[in-house]
Amino acid sequence: MSRKQVHLAAHFPGVNNTTVWSDPASGSQTDFASFVHFAQASERGLFDFVFLAEGLRLREHRGRIHDLDVVGRPDTLTVLNALAAVTERVGLAGTINTTFNEPYELARQFASLDHLSGGRSAWNLVTSSDAFTGENFRRGGFLKPEQRYERAGEMLEAAKALWLSRAPEVGSEAPVVGYASSQFSFRGRFSVPRSPQGHPVLIQSGDSEQGREFGAATADAIFSRHSTVEAGQEFYRNMKDRLPRYGRVDTDLTILPAATFVLGDTPADAAENAERIRHEQVSPQTAIAFLEQVWGRDLSAYDPDGPLPDVDPDPENVNITRGRVRHERDTAKLAREWRELAGSKNLSIRELIVETTARHSFVGTPKQVAEQIDEAVQADASDGFILIPHLVPTGMDAFVDRVIPELQDRGSYRTEYTGPTLRDHLALPYPT
Amino acid sequence: MSSPETPLHLAAEIGGAGRHPGAWRLPGADVPGLVDAAPHVRLVRTAARGGLDLVAIRDSFVPPSGDPDELGDSLDAVAIAARVAPVVPGIGLVPAVTVTHTEPFHVQKAIATLDLVSSGRAGWEVAVSRTPEEADLFGRRSAAPVSELWLEAAEVIEAVRLLWDSWEDDAVIRDAATGRYVDRDKLHYVDFEGEFFSVRGPSITPRSPQGQPLVVVRADDPEALVVAARHADVVRISAPGIAQATTARLDVQAAAAEAGRDPSGITVLLDVEVLLGETDAEARKELARLEALTPGPDPEGIRHVGTPGGLAALIGEVVRAHAADGVTFVPLALPSGLDAIVDGVVPLLVGAGARPGTPSSGTLRERFGLRRPAGRHAGEVRA
Repeated sequence: MSRKQVHLAAHFPGVNNTTVWSDPASGSQTDFASFVHFAQASERGLFDFVFLAEGLRLREHRGRIHDLDVVGRPDTLTVLNALAAVTERVGLAGTINTTFNEPYELARQFASLDHLSGGRSAWNLVTSSDAFTGENFRRGGFLKPEQRYERAGEMLEAAKALWLSRAPEVGSEAPVVGYASSQFSFRGRFSVPRSPQGHPVLIQSGDSEQGREFGAATADAIFSRHSTVEAGQEFYRNMKDRLPRYGRVDTDLTILPAATFVLGDTPADAAENAERIRHEQVSPQTAIAFLEQVWGRDLSAYDPDGPLPDVDPDPENVNITRGRVRHERDTAKLAREWRELAGSKNLSIRELIVETTARHSFVGTPKQVAEQIDEAVQADASDGFILIPHLVPTGMDAFVDRVIPELQDRGSYRTEYTGPTLRDHLALPYPT
Repeated sequence: MSSPETPLHLAAEIGGAGRHPGAWRLPGADVPGLVDAAPHVRLVRTAARGGLDLVAIRDSFVPPSGDPDELGDSLDAVAIAARVAPVVPGIGLVPAVTVTHTEPFHVQKAIATLDLVSSGRAGWEVAVSRTPEEADLFGRRSAAPVSELWLEAAEVIEAVRLLWDSWEDDAVIRDAATGRYVDRDKLHYVDFEGEFFSVRGPSITPRSPQGQPLVVVRADDPEALVVAARHADVVRISAPGIAQATTARLDVQAAAAEAGRDPSGITVLLDVEVLLGETDAEARKELARLEALTPGPDPEGIRHVGTPGGLAALIGEVVRAHAADGVTFVPLALPSGLDAIVDGVVPLLVGAGARPGTPSSGTLRERFGLRRPAGRHAGEVRA
């Protein structure tokens, strides 16, 4: 039996402190040339897809726009359509919110991307319900948090009804699609013939019980957070065990955890690089901002190179940072853990934040990193990874040039694309 | 043209197989290709070869009618423009984007990003959704009267322009000493509160290469004319004849002056539907053929069915009558119609000195004599 194949995708580094902007090699986060470089490197590496994140409101920290991390993104779908012009095979995945869009418009936009890219589109569905983001949209914070997945599910069902209502031929019959649910009520004919992939590859990243069940029922790929082998294996089995309920088999769902990597010519080089990058990712100011997220109070008077504050966290103020994924853990408990860790290892604030937030998934020589990735995949910790480099636009280059050949030598990675579409790359069935 | 030193502006509208409903049944129509990238790239490349200032990419949510004689399929126009932009330089890309059932915040970042991927060649043709069929596709509100739709469109343009300026050009500072990537004082909430919607801002997208991409409005209705005169950089007009076009242009200018704008800063383009043949008789025969395939509605405005020379002469009349600052060619059939314009008509206009022989470069705004505006917050004194 042939060896299980590794699937890889490249996440354009974005709006969080993983992305290092202070490095001299860090280029523009928003110039189109950066996207072109990144996508073309990914295609050279025979990746399944490039991935763009989205956030529909600039993040705020303590009531002001967060200024320590990269800020600003172009429009996801517009960039992906433009990238379709300068790449030929690599998939084009974008995060689009199900709350602040309507099914007909979004279905038409994704069907357009799928046509114009020759079947390379993917949609990472994210849900949100916050009034904070809603302030940029007509309906404001209209959705109750418990209705997020209801809306996402109905959005997807409605979009599928439109996508699959048509035959592939231009001018073919466009039947009236009627859809009524708790969130939507519309009817009409879809103006786009069925696209090369039938519909975009569907990616889901929610990790709650509801999110996992939604992913098992509907997604083609899961963008997970469980990148260590143990956590990965548990999540992998958990997800794949849910599939039979929906008449699906293991190969219908690709599990791709987010992962970071640092390379070096020798193991020592790699470790040294990793240490340097971790400190670049956690500047003194970023360390304080992280601590403030957990403490829920202004800690700007504290020295990042000094000990942790002696004041206790303010449990009432956990929303100090808005517009980003929040720590879902009990902050008082987290603060206790951090105090213990800092005490036992004699860590300053910054060292603690480096220690707790800036771990890299894979560190080593290209050969070692290939081995780590391959072993994780062979051990069913995942089907591959969505790699998040720390630099724009060159962050994928060394990986593509040095790690990919090692993976190929191991017989775990393609040496050419076998089909034109993203569904082909992921060996996924076409929807009917 | 308004003055001799101002070159005649030329644009072309593309969409489907051309404006005539029978065009998709002509042998030259690439019907399967209407949803592919390559034919769109070829069309825009043709227009760029002719040195045209822009292509207007038609779009609306109007769904297919269900009548098998009509081709109602279409792709999203911003998607087409973005797909074409990186591989066809030297021409403006102006997708129509409706504002009735869409989100102003999404619209502004889509056009700003088109500007980014085209290196400053983006425009936006503002359009509204009038029909109950379009409203039914969303189910969020009923079809509204045209007057209301354009009042809302004016608000959307206003909010979009605010969002385009919500990042100052030098907001990204990458100041390692203070750990700051961005100067938050150069990012601005827009806090737009209109009758139809509100939006907080700032945009998630930095200020685009042109700062303010070109805003195009078709002044088809009196309500649209008011909005065009107040907000547009380029106004598309349609008229049954040259005399009426002259009147329409004066109406735009008068309305602009009334809105406190300098009318000379606004470019008026006259729509001219085009079907060309080597002789007038041949062109008329082609039209008859189209009409036999699928009878079309009456012309929406001036329609030239004849020779390239006849069209060049017509444009000369437009110029002499001060009926417009340029024309938007609307081919009845594509791609043949655009080929004929670029190969047959443009050389005549160049020969007559109405168009420069070498296509101009630069941003789309520059083609219309518009500088890159400073952001509205630039240079503000900060506490």
